[in-house]
Order: sequence, then C-alpha cells, then structure tokens
Amino acid sequence: MRYRYFPGCTLKGQAKSMEDTTLAAAKAMGIELEELSEWQCCGAVYPLYEDELISLLSPVRTLAAAEGEPLVSLCAACHHVLKRAQELMQRNEDARKKVTDHLEVEYAGEGRVLHFLEVLRDDLGFDKLKEMVKKPLEGKKVAAYYGCLLLRPSKVMQFDDPENPTIMEDMIKALGAEVVKSPYRTECCGAYLSVTEEGVAADTVERILDSARRAGAEILVTACPLCRYNLENCADNEGKTPIKVYYFSEILAEAMGLPSESAEDQGTKEEVPQG
Amino acid sequence: MPRTGVFICHCGSNIAGTVDIDKTVEASRNFPGVVHADEYRYLCSEMGQDIITKAIKENDLDRVVVGTCSPRMHENTFRKAAAEAGLNPYLLEVANIREHCSWVHKDMEEATPKAIALLRAAAAKAALNEALEAPRLDVEKRALVIGGGIAGIQAALDIAEAGYVVDIVEKDPSIGGRMAQLEKTFPTLDCSACILTPKMVEAAQHPNINLLTYSEVDEVKGFVGQFDVKIKQKARYVDPVKCTGCGICWEKCPSKASSEFEMGLAKRKSIYVPFAQAVPMVPVIDRDSCLYFRKGRCQICEQECPPQAIDYEQQDEIIERRYGAIVVATGFDQLDPTIYGEYGYGQHPDILTGLEFERIFNASGPTGGKVVKLSDGKPPKKVVFIQCIGSRDKARGMNYCSKICCMYTAKQAILLKEKVPDAKSYVFYIDVRTGGKGYEEFQRRAAEEYDVAYMRGQVGKIFPEDDHLVVRGIDSLTNRNIEIKADMVVLAAATVARADAPEVGRLVGINSDSYHFFNEAHPKLKPVETHTAGIFIAGACQAPKDIPETVSQASAAAVKAIGLLSKEKLQGEACTAEVIQSECSGCLNCEAICPYTAITPVEIEERYKDGVLKRTVAEVNPALCQGCGSCAVTCRSGSINLKGFSNDQIMAEVDAICLQR
Repeated sequence: MRYRYFPGCTLKGQAKSMEDTTLAAAKAMGIELEELSEWQCCGAVYPLYEDELISLLSPVRTLAAAEGEPLVSLCAACHHVLKRAQELMQRNEDARKKVTDHLEVEYAGEGRVLHFLEVLRDDLGFDKLKEMVKKPLEGKKVAAYYGCLLLRPSKVMQFDDPENPTIMEDMIKALGAEVVKSPYRTECCGAYLSVTEEGVAADTVERILDSARRAGAEILVTACPLCRYNLENCADNEGKTPIKVYYFSEILAEAMGLPSESAEDQGTKEEVPQG
Repeated sequence: MPRTGVFICHCGSNIAGTVDIDKTVEASRNFPGVVHADEYRYLCSEMGQDIITKAIKENDLDRVVVGTCSPRMHENTFRKAAAEAGLNPYLLEVANIREHCSWVHKDMEEATPKAIALLRAAAAKAALNEALEAPRLDVEKRALVIGGGIAGIQAALDIAEAGYVVDIVEKDPSIGGRMAQLEKTFPTLDCSACILTPKMVEAAQHPNINLLTYSEVDEVKGFVGQFDVKIKQKARYVDPVKCTGCGICWEKCPSKASSEFEMGLAKRKSIYVPFAQAVPMVPVIDRDSCLYFRKGRCQICEQECPPQAIDYEQQDEIIERRYGAIVVATGFDQLDPTIYGEYGYGQHPDILTGLEFERIFNASGPTGGKVVKLSDGKPPKKVVFIQCIGSRDKARGMNYCSKICCMYTAKQAILLKEKVPDAKSYVFYIDVRTGGKGYEEFQRRAAEEYDVAYMRGQVGKIFPEDDHLVVRGIDSLTNRNIEIKADMVVLAAATVARADAPEVGRLVGINSDSYHFFNEAHPKLKPVETHTAGIFIAGACQAPKDIPETVSQASAAAVKAIGLLSKEKLQGEACTAEVIQSECSGCLNCEAICPYTAITPVEIEERYKDGVLKRTVAEVNPALCQGCGSCAVTCRSGSINLKGFSNDQIMAEVDAICLQR
C-alpha cells in the first residue's frame, strides 16, 4: 500500500510525536507514506465564503501535487481543508477554473483524499490491524475524542456518522484496549477560543474531560493537534482523576511495540500538565 | 364546407374589459365556413345557452365555436347546449379567450387580435371535428377497499350501507390499523379502542362486507367499472371456519417473536392474534419463528387445539375478483429516528417514539398500562417530548409538517400527568400547530392546567448518564442552552408513507408525490379521486392526517365509489387514441409511455405479394385510454391519432394562427 503523504506544519513541530509514531507504525504495517516534495501550508482554515478563493490556492496546489494518487494526512485540520477544497473543486466549475488557471495546474477534483484512520479502516482493515498488534493494550481504558474537523460537514467529509462515529473506537478495540464511550466525544473542544476567550474553552474542555472520567476513561485519544492542546491546557484538573491525552497514532505505535510517549508513560499516574 | 357558428362571451368585464367584442364578432364572420356570429354577456347562463341552441336550429349550424373561459370550466355546459339542439357535442370547440387572453393582457389593442387569432384557430379545428361517441361501459357492482384501518373500515361501512358488496383486503391478521394501537384520542380523550372496536365488529358482521385479512393485492388489471384483481390470501395455518378463537394455542405456544403491534416493545407468541380485540379472532402462525416450521418439531398448538383447526399444510391462495371501484386506504408508517444519531434512539430503552409511548399507556400494552420506564420499571418523573423529528427538516428528513404530532404530544403530556401526578413534561417545539375544532384549547390546557413546559427550540444531544438521560438543547426564545436530566424522552417521529407505498401505487396504477404519498386528482376539488378513474384514496396514505380528517375522507371516498357503482352504464372517454395500424411499425414506444396500460401489442395479418404477412402493431383499448395524448406525440411515424385532437386538427389550428398573420 503506497500513499502520497502531506504532513502539514504542526506535525513538524508541536505535533511531531503524531508524525513520528504514525510513520513508524505505518512502516511496521507495510504502509508506505511518501512525503510530498516542497509541500506548503494546507490552507489552515477552510474559508467561510465560497468565493474566497485565495484561501484555496494552497490546498489545491497540494491536491494537484498528489497527481491523482491517494493523498494521506494526519492532522485533522489539514485533512479537513484538503477534503473540503477537493469537494469544492468537484462541485463548483467556476471556482475550479479560477483557482487552477491562477495556479497553472490541471486539477478537477480527482484522487482519494484520506485521513490515516481511513487507511486503517478502509484499506488495511481493523481485523488485519488486530492481527498485526504485537503488544495489545490490555486493561487500558481508552476513550476516543473526535472533535469537529474530521466529522463535519458530514456530507463532504464522508468520514463517519457525525453523531455516532465508531472509527476510533474500532481502532482502540483492534489494539486490544477497553473502549470507553463518552457522550461528549464529538463536542467542540473550544477551538481557537482557548486564545481569545479562555473561559469558554475551559468550560467545554472541562465538560469533555469530566464526562470521559465519569465513563471511566484513563486515556483520551485524538487526531487533532488543537484539540489535544486545549484538552491538556485549558482545564483545571485540580483534585480530579488524571486523564492522559494522546494522539491516536501514539497508542497505535505502542501496540505495535514501537517507541511512543504513551508507552513511556505506562504505569505512571501523572497529573495532566497545567497550561 | 361546414356551417359554423361563433359565439363570444363577455364574461361580464372579464373578457369584454380587454377584448373588443364587437370587433371580434365582426372578424369572426369572415373566417372560412362561418355563417353566423353572435355575442352575449354571460354565455354560460341559461339565456346564453338558449342563444346557442336556437342559433344552431335556425341557421342549420353543424359546427359551433364558443369564445369563452377555459374548457375546464364550461366545455361540458356548451356541449350539452349543442346536444340539446341535436348536434353531436364533440362538434363544438372552445376558444379560451379568458385565461389565455383577456386575463393575461392589459391592453385591448393587443388582446383583441389575439382573441381573434384564437377564435380563427378554433374555427379551423372545428371544421375538422368529427362526431364522437363515448363508449358505454359496464359496472361491476362490487367495491374493493385496500387497507383495514379506520379509513378502510369507514369507507367499507359506508359503501356496504348503500347496498353494495365490499371486500376489505388487510395485510395484517386483524383489521384495526394504527388507530387500534392508540390509547386515547385528541381532543376529547375518548379511548381509541372504545370507539374503534364497535366499527371493527360492525364491519365484520355486515352482510355486505367480506374481510380478507392476512391478504395482499397481487395484481390489478382492467379499468373503471371492471377492475380485475388478484388477491393473495396468505396461509394462516389455522382453519378460520373451525377456529373458535379460544386462545389455547397461543397460551401454550412455547416460542416467541417481537410483537409488531407493540412496536417491538413486547413479545408475542409464534401463533398469535395481534391484540385482544382482533377481528377476526383467528390466529395466524408466523413461520419465521414457529418451532415446527423452523425445526420440524413441537406441534403443541395442533395437539392442544380443541376444534382441531390447526392446518400446517395450508397454502397461500389467490382469489380473483372483479370490482367496479377501488378505495386505497393503506395508512402510514412512523419514521425510524435512528437516522438522527444525536437523539440516541435505539440505544436506550427510555428513548421512545410517539407511537411506542402510546403502547406504554395502553392497558394491554407492554407494561400493562402502567406508565413506567422500560429500563427499570419505575414511573418517569421528568419526560422530554421532542417535536418535528424528521418533519420540517429539509436537510435530513421530510420537508412537510406531520400535522398530528403537536396534538398527540399535548395529549400524551396530559395523560402522563394524570397517570403520574408528580411527573413534569417538557416539550421542545419549532411551532405549535393546532388548527382544528377544539385543538388549540386542548393544547393550551396541556400548557396551562397540566404544567407542561413548552420550549421553542431544538435538542442537539441526548445521552445516558447515571440513571437518567441528559437532554441538551436550546431555548431559542431566551437563547439559552438547556440541559434537562430526564427519565424518558419521547420523539415525535415524522408520519411517513408506508414502506411499500411505491409498490402499492405501481400495482394499483395511481401516482404518488416525492414522499410516496398517493396523489389526489386535484388538491382542492378532487381530494379523494386519483388520476385513474374508479380508484379513490382515503386516510394517511394520501398525506399525514388525524382521525377526524381520515374518517371524513373515507366517507367522501365511499360516496364517490357509491356514485360510480350506482350507475347502470359508465360513459367512457370519447377522445381516445387510435392507431392507424397500416402505418404502425410495431416499435411499441407507445406501450412503454402509456400511463394507463391502455396499449397492447397485437398481431395482424396483411396481404404481402402473394402471401400473408403477420406482424405486430399497437392497439389501444378505448375503455382504458384517458386521452392524455402521450402516445400520439411519442409515435415516430405519426400513426397514432388522438380523436378530437388529431394531427390534422392541430396543424389546422397552427396554420390558422400563422398563415393569417
């Protein structure tokens, strides 16, 4: 299995651990991720207005660079922007013409745009993944936290049921851990309000963490660097049972017997770092 | 040369206000074949009709053109006036100079020449009109009602009372339908079974009504007055003649399946009657769960049955009957709310649909009429009702309003308060819509006397937490988030067409809207007729509606059926299609496009050189043809003519408009 791979900026900095663990796990599973040469920003935020085409130059350039081959990304925000830009290119001929003319590229919306989780589910298969697990995460109580970017708008993202997603839970199950479902797993993490309205983000994060705690989770996994930042930094966890937040790929690598932060933390009961 | 008379109507000022009548009459005199022209203020009045009748006689007219309103309004009136004077009514032609002319123009200078052109075209066509005879058709004095809910029962009773034999075909083992599942009915709170069961019994006992339960319509052929219908009577494995309905079989039956009547909230036996007041009180064996049919052993029902009515060898039977009229009353389904993941329906026993909650109230329901939570058997203290689940939802559900939910939600909230006095109800709504006699008052009573909190807004998430359900929503009037720790949630799921409605529509030959509700022939003036003559619709198979409306519609459909059955002969459509078989190539594109299955292939013999050539051509059954003309325009060789609208006639009209300009 061979894919073009788009990392995005965060995976080379703040979320380096997501890239490292994914690449290691992918290699162990025989999944080849070939990094695009000379890649640039994913576009960061998908524009609110359909005629704000300037924001689409970057993602469309990336999409065209994949040359019609399946394009995989890891960061939820990158995947979101790429997938939506692709959908607009397929749907809106006018926008497509303007953007591709400006970029001087040929692109008509072709090629699969995948999140790595979709590769595991749709191309590899969770049953196959289960067979490849070297160190099952037995006894660990793991909850998935999806946030919004992978799921919505559901008609465009086509990722999973936006209200009752199962993809991460299915992965957790395949890795041998105990799945814990928390009702707030698809709620907003507070997004950029953690910068401008800290109180709002604190409320949302607290609710997410409290609900995961009530459900009995010890570990929360996510695919979004911003979600993880908020989950780790916005809430006051004073006196509460600690919950560790990891990227999905970290527990994946751990289960594959590869080095990861989650593996290092094993057995320790540290407080969630305060931000 | 024909002797044509032209008559122009003022229609008060409707036509005369924009069309210069005098000029039009003068111009008409010069049309080819016109020997008489006149005008009158209201041609449709008795005086106006007299003018036409007299002029036909006095001037020996053999064609008549009236310049009036649309033929949909008064074509029949004027045809009768012509017939009165001894003229074949199809020799009269209407030029629509009101809807097509005076109403759409403001300027008399523009409207007058257009009216003249329309009249000239009509006169040109009239010259080619032929005398037509509408066929006289027999009427089978028997009606078929499809569906044994309240709509079907009411329609059947009305038809039977008028003296005609009616068969009710019901797919379930008992008649009763949705109404049998309800606890009480709004706005009077009378018990649904108490008002329904007498009607069920009356239908069963009526000498003119035959119940064909556990039966389905398999095929409908023929046409108004003579529908040939095949009905499949499914094997019950119980002899209805011997069975006394004692109930020993289902008491002793060891295997169970989910009860359809209880919306899956309870079990029933494999040999069962759906509910205690079932009519007929004859059980059926469900093959899918029966031990004998699955594994070949058990036979307890057979051993225990005192009159030995069990018959495992029974087979499905096909009954073939002819009917004069058909009433379709196949009812509705409830939308499955699992498509709304945020409501968690199906994931927790205390998240119910409206129809399921109905069963919780019912004395013979899964909880024996105790209003309790299915999770732990305790009475619910906080119940959240959510309206418009799948209704008024362009994105994921149906665009329409389901109409009954506001009222039944108010009803259920009232009933809840009466059964569990310390219970509190919350209703999330988009709008409260309670048009109807006594309806608004009823809903206000729920809000004002029964302490039901109405909140305008929607719910975004429901999930279980500890021993309750957390309902998170928004009150859009105060713009505040609301979180309720509820014991039970009731979803007013949309009223939708039966899952098999498209198939039933196809089978019977009636069309549906985009939601698969059957279409009436006219939304205001033909509410129970369909586009297929002789087939009528009643109840929620046409659109969501409540019981009073359903019953009114059922009686209306019955009257239409009775009117049809009471005729000795039916007048068919005179303007039917006709195949010029010598020109027909037998491609049968016309057969494919005909919406009334009126065209069939037929083999003809033609002399060819020295021998005889057999070939296939199309043939129109004039009794089935409704004169829509689809075949005539589809025909590649132009070998189909619609009588009264032949290709020559249409071309004559076009020429009359174009050549004179």
